[in-house]
Amino acid sequence: MVVNAAAVSEPTAETADAVLDRWQRDPLALVQILRETQAATYWLPRSLLVHIAAALGLTVAHVEGVAGFYRFFHTSPVGCVRLLFSDNITDRMLGSEALLAQLCARLGVAPGEVDAQGRFSVDRCSCTGLCDQGPALLVNHHQVVTRLDGARVDALADCLLAGTPVEEWPDEWFRVVDGVQRADLLLTGLAADASSLPAVLARSPQALLDEVAQSGLRGRGGAGFPTERKWQACRDAPGPLRCVVCNADEGEPGTFKDRVLLASHADSVFDGMTVAARAVGAQQGFVYLRGEYRFLLPQLEQVLARRRVAGLLGRNAAGIAGFDFDIAIHLGAGAYVCGEESALIESLEGKRGTPRIRPPFPVQAGYLGRPTVVNNVETFCAVAHIARRGGAWWAGIGTAQSTGTKIHSVSGDCARPGLYEYPLGTTIAQILDECGAPQAQAVQVGGPSGACIPASEFGRAIAFEDVPSAGAFMVFDRSRDLFEVARHFARFFAHESCGLCTPCRVGTELVVRRLDKLAHARGAGHASAFDIERLHDLDTVLHSGTHCGLGASACNPLRDTMRHFGAAYAQRSTAAQFQPDIDLDAELSSARRVTRRTDAGAHLHTDTPT
Amino acid sequence: MNAPPIPEAPRKLRVATVSLGGCFGCHMSLLDIDERLLELIEKVDFDRSPLTDIKTVGECDVGLIEGGLCNAENVEVLRAFRAHCRVLVAVGACAITGGLPALRNHLDVGDMLQSVYGEVPDDPELPLPLNRVLPIHEVVHIDHALPGCPPPADAFWQLLQDLIAGRTPVQAPGLIRYD
Ligand SMILES: Cc1cc2nc3c(=O)[nH]c(=O)nc-3n(C[C@H](O)[C@H](O)[C@H](O)COP(=O)(O)O)c2cc1C
Ligand code: SF4
Ligand code: SF4
Repeated sequence: MVVNAAAVSEPTAETADAVLDRWQRDPLALVQILRETQAATYWLPRSLLVHIAAALGLTVAHVEGVAGFYRFFHTSPVGCVRLLFSDNITDRMLGSEALLAQLCARLGVAPGEVDAQGRFSVDRCSCTGLCDQGPALLVNHHQVVTRLDGARVDALADCLLAGTPVEEWPDEWFRVVDGVQRADLLLTGLAADASSLPAVLARSPQALLDEVAQSGLRGRGGAGFPTERKWQACRDAPGPLRCVVCNADEGEPGTFKDRVLLASHADSVFDGMTVAARAVGAQQGFVYLRGEYRFLLPQLEQVLARRRVAGLLGRNAAGIAGFDFDIAIHLGAGAYVCGEESALIESLEGKRGTPRIRPPFPVQAGYLGRPTVVNNVETFCAVAHIARRGGAWWAGIGTAQSTGTKIHSVSGDCARPGLYEYPLGTTIAQILDECGAPQAQAVQVGGPSGACIPASEFGRAIAFEDVPSAGAFMVFDRSRDLFEVARHFARFFAHESCGLCTPCRVGTELVVRRLDKLAHARGAGHASAFDIERLHDLDTVLHSGTHCGLGASACNPLRDTMRHFGAAYAQRSTAAQFQPDIDLDAELSSARRVTRRTDAGAHLHTDTPT
Repeated sequence: MNAPPIPEAPRKLRVATVSLGGCFGCHMSLLDIDERLLELIEKVDFDRSPLTDIKTVGECDVGLIEGGLCNAENVEVLRAFRAHCRVLVAVGACAITGGLPALRNHLDVGDMLQSVYGEVPDDPELPLPLNRVLPIHEVVHIDHALPGCPPPADAFWQLLQDLIAGRTPVQAPGLIRYD
């Protein structure tokens, strides 16, 4: 069913109405409603947005603003089958660009375009969290195809050209593995029956808080904030209603540990959320699941249903009188910034994922203004263990400031990519050794927002007091050009900037343009030291002048690679004078056309004479 | 008795100014330093500038550029300034971003010429307009920028005082305004 923009057709309106009814016409569910409607209508014509706005009592401007914000919402026609190639640097290192070109050639479409008959469209998207089994692509924002190679792409083209429905594609294509290479306590998991939860929850909220305090647990989502302090602040904030949110947005390129925890240890994650709810006195729980992980939704819903039947969720959860707590899953729609906790809350409220001004922090005023705890998937998983085995036990693992274990998503140039769980304080060298990366020249720890660590610093440890990590571990061997790595990450940030504040919206784009100038300066040596100077300036501005962490860390790869791999920049900036990045003579083309002038004054040379 | 040596007057700073694709508002704002102009000319000589009517730029310490690049002549003048000025300053929104004139950038300049003039003159005396109005930093290296539309007189004063004293110019936060 392809809908046209003029008027909302009967079947389309019916589809939307069914979705609207399922969400009880709740304006807070707008993002979910748009997502589910689009799953049936392929894209969101304006007439449909008008219809949805009227049904929810929202303005059309609001609904259009939301639809226009998220990458996975389409406000112009797309193909009946939408393919998005995962475009992390690790996908590229595995040949994703050539495979994208191959598929486009077979299908006769260009990236970003729709086939003339409206059958399919092919484009790129940010990292899909399948770096150890890539190159990967996303189908209809629903399934993922992993381990692409020339043969698989050819077979895929055959299916698309023959019109074979996605449900009939070979199962093997959709296979996603956990890829656990080294399991410690989190990845080994809890004993199969989680029946000890009621006993755990029977303890007083203060006892649970004390246990988490004693564990020294710090958040695994990146910032490393002490979990107990966050919970205590939420508990202490005034108000009758509280929320617990599991941040399963896992948008940081190169990170895929939360995917595996959700796929194979969902009970632990939900245990941890339930413990948090009991400790802070929350009634409402959310999992904010990134849209790229839509394929996990049915099994997660199943686990929740099973837990409701077992009495672990709902009224008097786990048999504790007065403890009413349930969990709902909300899906994201392709916006990295929604991993930032206040943007995530905006998205949960059905709005654009724009980071809020803080304070107030979510623990003071989060979802609908209620005190809200937001924690990473892995943090909740750790809580499930700590609540059972005690804070002291957890504190005995790792280092004094960084207790417990940490899961690393290892990808890139190594023999055995996958998940590696180690006590915090493990050196980068040890991880490299075990994943098989003798030729490594650098590791991007914690994703593009993290740090680029050169070989001379492989002796450093991953811990909050040394190299903190949100879980990505991308290895680059000596054949890689770290300048190109930084340029790729710069494109990622420019693409994902939410556009709220100018230093980030404009600054990330200026970084990309300047790096592009260095990358393909017209002729040899057309970039100069002045361009490097501008990059330093941009780093300073973005680091200090942006509204949220996205902009603040957007120049980290640039800064690190300029520092550690300066030669890669120097060899691209050898001009003695500043040189323009514009073909100035071409800038006179329109005027020449209408004046028909050919004299010397009708031309400009571009280069600054040296 | 020998007369005490008369101290040699410190060399004056040589300053050139020009309005490219600007409205002269920035120059007017410079004149708004009012009676401080008298103090200024104790320390500054003006080279090419609308204030002197000198037509070509000589060797200078400082060049102040108002306005963006609208046409081929603007580019040549800017290049001459860069070649002759030790320190080049982008003055005002137009120089820094293209400013108001850049509002034409989403239209085709050839089409506009045709619809306005019908028969477009081909006289080589007339500089050809660029497809897009460009900020000056796209074409030459710029050392400092003075934001504002126009920058307030005090910002000009501060900039020139800093340059006369040999300091790196820094704008006092109060002199940068966005409204
Ligand atoms: C741009 C941006 C993206 C983020 N993405 C994630 C994410 O995908 N997952 C996550 O857990 N935290 C992410 N965070 C950090 C969250 O804001 C928040 O600190 C975290 O979820 C808190 O959980 P924790 O205390 O358990 O670490 C992101 C932060 C920023 C600024
Ligand atoms: S820093 Fe970037 S992502 Fe964050 S609010 Fe500003 S524009 Fe949005
Ligand atoms: S910045 Fe303002 S005052 Fe200066 S030239 Fe441009 S429009 Fe005129």
